[in-house]
Amino acid sequence: MKAIVTVRLKPGVLDPQGVTIANALGSMGYTGVAGVRSGKVFELQLTNGDTETARKKAEEIADKLLANPVIETYTVEVFK
Amino acid sequence: MKFGVVTFPGSNCDYDAFCAVRDRLNQSVEFLWHGDPNLKGSDVIILPGGFAHGDYLRAGAIARFSPVMKSVIAFAESGGLVWGICNGFQVLLEAGLLPGAMLRNRALRFSCRQVYLKTETTDSPYTNSVQLGAVLKIPIAHAEGNYYAPERVLDELEAADRVAFRYCGPHGEIADEYNPNGSARQIAGILNEGRNVLGLMPHPERAMEEILGSADGCRLFESVLGSFAGGRAAGGTRAKVA
Repeated sequence: MKAIVTVRLKPGVLDPQGVTIANALGSMGYTGVAGVRSGKVFELQLTNGDTETARKKAEEIADKLLANPVIETYTVEVFK
Repeated sequence: MKFGVVTFPGSNCDYDAFCAVRDRLNQSVEFLWHGDPNLKGSDVIILPGGFAHGDYLRAGAIARFSPVMKSVIAFAESGGLVWGICNGFQVLLEAGLLPGAMLRNRALRFSCRQVYLKTETTDSPYTNSVQLGAVLKIPIAHAEGNYYAPERVLDELEAADRVAFRYCGPHGEIADEYNPNGSARQIAGILNEGRNVLGLMPHPERAMEEILGSADGCRLFESVLGSFAGGRAAGGTRAKVA
């Protein structure tokens, strides 16, 4: 089983990387990109358990380690 | 008194801190390997600068789970002096011993240069022999030193006199142009509620001799030593930590 954890900066927390990428897109000639927010994606290979157990475990791992709750939020998707 | 300097894999200012204590303060000092929870009877723990565990994931995020950190957290919670410098500050934030988090510098660059710090409180074991408002010249060397905390937390820190240092100009001017990394309210260092834990982004251990640009870092180390003159840390007389 596989869990995808996506970690993003909370809305309102400055994302200098996102701003820099947005600026670069502007200088590349792209229009209509109002903003960019960067993030991280983690793919966890999980053994044993059903979908719900896997989700719980991935959420716990995201809470404890993968995301810093002061500045980040996360979402978890589980795939068979 | 005895200092313990923690070495994580990737620490690179542990020797600077070690030499600052041994050669400038003439005190006993020992390295503490991150994998060993034994604090070896240290009166002060320094978490040094560097890139603990390669700064993978987030700076300090992995180091915070090193075996030594359980002992360091318990030591801090019992009133022991724990001093995080640069990467050590990031570890303290990840460990929850201090509030907030570090974002990447707003210029997205690693910045290594001398800056000026304004002493915002003398009510701590780290600053009690520094004059209130004194301007210290201390170098920074970091890419993720952009201090962030929710407004409510920043208000609490200020109300409780827990901002130890702010970035400033050569004459103590507090202005955005002297903020090297975008830190909220120009914060360079903060104390915990018990005032026994200090997180400081700049490197006083690299400012111990005039020939190296500044000896202002000595003032902090001397404060720590002075606070032990009576046999206990000034911060230890306070209530429990955050």
